[in-house]
Amino acid sequence: MMRAVLFALLLVASPALAVQPDEMLKDPGLEARARAISQNLRCPVCQGEDIDDSNAPISRDLRLAVRERLVAGDSDAQVIDYVVARYGEFVLFQPRAEGSSLILWLAGPAMLLAGAAIALAMSRRRAVAAEAEVLSEADKARLAELLEK
Amino acid sequence: MIIEFGHFTLVLAFMVALVQSTLPLWGAYRRDARLMAVGDPAAVVQFLLIATSFAALTYGFVTSDFSLKLVVENSHTAKPMLYKVAGVWGNHEGSLLLWVLILSGFGACAVWFGSNLPMRLKARVLAVQGSIGVAFMAFMLLTSNPFLRLENPPMNGNDLNPLLQDPGLAFHPPFLYLGYVGLSMSFSFAIAALLEGRVDAAWGRWVRPWTLAAWIFLTIGIAMGSWWAYYELGWGGFWFWDPVENASFMPWLISAALLHSAIVVEKRESLKAWTVLLAILAFGFSLTGTFIVRSGVITSVHAFANDPARGVFILGILGVFMGGSLTLFAFRASVLEAKGVFAVVSRETALVANNLLLAVSAFVVFTGTIWPLIAELVFARKLSVGPPFFDAAFTPFMVALAIILPLGAMLPWKRAEMGRALRPLRGALLLALAVGLLVYAVQTGRSALGPVGAALGAWVVSGALVDLWQRLGRGSVGARLGRLSRLPRADLGKVVAHSGMGVTIFAVAAMTAWVKEDIRTVKIGETFALGSYDVTLQAVNKVEGPNYHSTMADMIVRKGGVVVASLHPEKRMYPVAGMPTTEAAIDQGVFRDLYLVIGDAQDDGGYAVRSYIKPFANWIWGGALLMALGGILSLSDRRFRVAAGARKPAVVAMAAE
Repeated sequence: MMRAVLFALLLVASPALAVQPDEMLKDPGLEARARAISQNLRCPVCQGEDIDDSNAPISRDLRLAVRERLVAGDSDAQVIDYVVARYGEFVLFQPRAEGSSLILWLAGPAMLLAGAAIALAMSRRRAVAAEAEVLSEADKARLAELLEK
Repeated sequence: MIIEFGHFTLVLAFMVALVQSTLPLWGAYRRDARLMAVGDPAAVVQFLLIATSFAALTYGFVTSDFSLKLVVENSHTAKPMLYKVAGVWGNHEGSLLLWVLILSGFGACAVWFGSNLPMRLKARVLAVQGSIGVAFMAFMLLTSNPFLRLENPPMNGNDLNPLLQDPGLAFHPPFLYLGYVGLSMSFSFAIAALLEGRVDAAWGRWVRPWTLAAWIFLTIGIAMGSWWAYYELGWGGFWFWDPVENASFMPWLISAALLHSAIVVEKRESLKAWTVLLAILAFGFSLTGTFIVRSGVITSVHAFANDPARGVFILGILGVFMGGSLTLFAFRASVLEAKGVFAVVSRETALVANNLLLAVSAFVVFTGTIWPLIAELVFARKLSVGPPFFDAAFTPFMVALAIILPLGAMLPWKRAEMGRALRPLRGALLLALAVGLLVYAVQTGRSALGPVGAALGAWVVSGALVDLWQRLGRGSVGARLGRLSRLPRADLGKVVAHSGMGVTIFAVAAMTAWVKEDIRTVKIGETFALGSYDVTLQAVNKVEGPNYHSTMADMIVRKGGVVVASLHPEKRMYPVAGMPTTEAAIDQGVFRDLYLVIGDAQDDGGYAVRSYIKPFANWIWGGALLMALGGILSLSDRRFRVAAGARKPAVVAMAAE
């Protein structure tokens, strides 16, 4: 709730829009990298917005910081580490696949495998049942007997 | 007085729901026809009472009755009439009233359209439906009463969130709720079947139309929400993987799976337990979605209720209904014996794969959505899960689904030969590969998303067309087209819906991969190039709206000197809510949208301008509409109207109670 209020206040206080032309770097290559990095960083005070889209002043500061680091020659990973070191992993929209977050990443594939295994076991059982549908020797004999009559 | 009457009818409806949830159930157990017969009038009366209550609240909003707390908080006299009405459900309490209205509406529909249902099944379905109504009306009356009065009514209200004042969004919640709540019918049928211990082809035929209807509403509701996000929120994004969006997407995925598995029950009397489980889960995800949205436990742009008491109550409802139904399922599932057998290569197996992929993708969305909560509670880590995760973790399942779709749709039931099934699809496969390669060659050096999306889209759409062609039998083109009108609607619906899926897959990939963006400062009178277009900022004017001030730009788009469009992007300020919004101006085209946004005045006298070319934007929602249309076609199939009651007399033998 506080976050929402804060967000609303920030919005009113400064109606700045997402990425501003004055923030952008002259070098298109660096700028493209900056945009890509910004789109994966969460605005710390907003509700689920990345800093590239966000109107909050702190996002503007972060966008400028990202560009500053890029101009200084940091790699993308270094820039992200720089931001995470200051704001925590909360700002990462894509949790790193390490520690307990591995569960998150593996949940889908694990469930697919488990589901496929169950489905396969069931279909085996069904296939056995299907075999049983074929006439047994006794049935065939009985059929032949009936047909002869 | 009218408000008090509405309040009174809501309490009365709660009482009726109590009766509806108990007597018919007891009657079905005792085989007492008189007790079972209570269900019918109870369901209809409950609906009429809630409709009266809803009408009373709408009256309060329309007349701007500021002695009502809810109206003060969400309305304003200067608001246009459309949004006064939409304001009824643009808030927590009112949207719950809409929720129970639709819930009781579905119950009443079961009475009106269910005259051929066996008495005991209908009694049980209505009882389960009634018990959901009891839970939600208790929730409303105890924690979220929309009819609370204020002692000192203010002169005017606080206005509705300006972002929500939009025609697209005014009708987005009702559609979504029709979908969410429609799944309660599948749930009620599933519980009734478990109580009865019997699931057969006739049951599948009864459940499918309800699921189909709910799925159609969900599809339209989600598409509307996404379209609204596209032109109203941010910069033309159409899907943000926001918890509230996910809340609507999970039931959609599960109900899509349920639609398909119900076909297997209906046609082959197989996958019964799984279908019942899916029906329970689909409604479970609906309730989970309600919990996520209503409790505000996972903060998102949509959360408007942050009261923990409410969250705990809904969690209780979720726990009782899911815990209860899953326990019942665990005890009774073994009674549901599968009859139809099938080989590994068969339509049934393909539908199992479809179900597996849809269920797992829903599960991925679910884990991603609640993971921040789990990480904080269990691992004491404050982290975020956002679009990059979902894009990476969800997309592979959809790709797999698209690959198997045309093949599975054409495999024969029971036992099939892969080679023979693949033969008619060779053309489609070649076409898809050719399209993929062509796109790859044309778009040199960009992401693989474009070519893969184009190839998959071509594969699914052409596969659906091949399916249709095969269905039309043999002979000349004319003879085949002649048979088109005699094709069962369900077959036609399948082709249309599958094509829609292909179109959406292609459009999402195309728009994401090929969007062109330009951000710059533009002075008045200045022209800049955007792709092959020239955009001129003619003027920026101050305009007064009914309840906002607007800064409106006048922009001309030319191509080769010819005027293509004159667009007026706006920046609005809603003084009552104290909130600015940006209104993008969009020139919609078949192959591209031009998307212009005006920003703030800059120090040098210019304006910040964002402009985009969004290729194939409309195809995203066009595909969704095709899916919905396919659903509607399938829903109109003759067999749901004519043969729905034809439960085979041979299987009358009842399971032991």
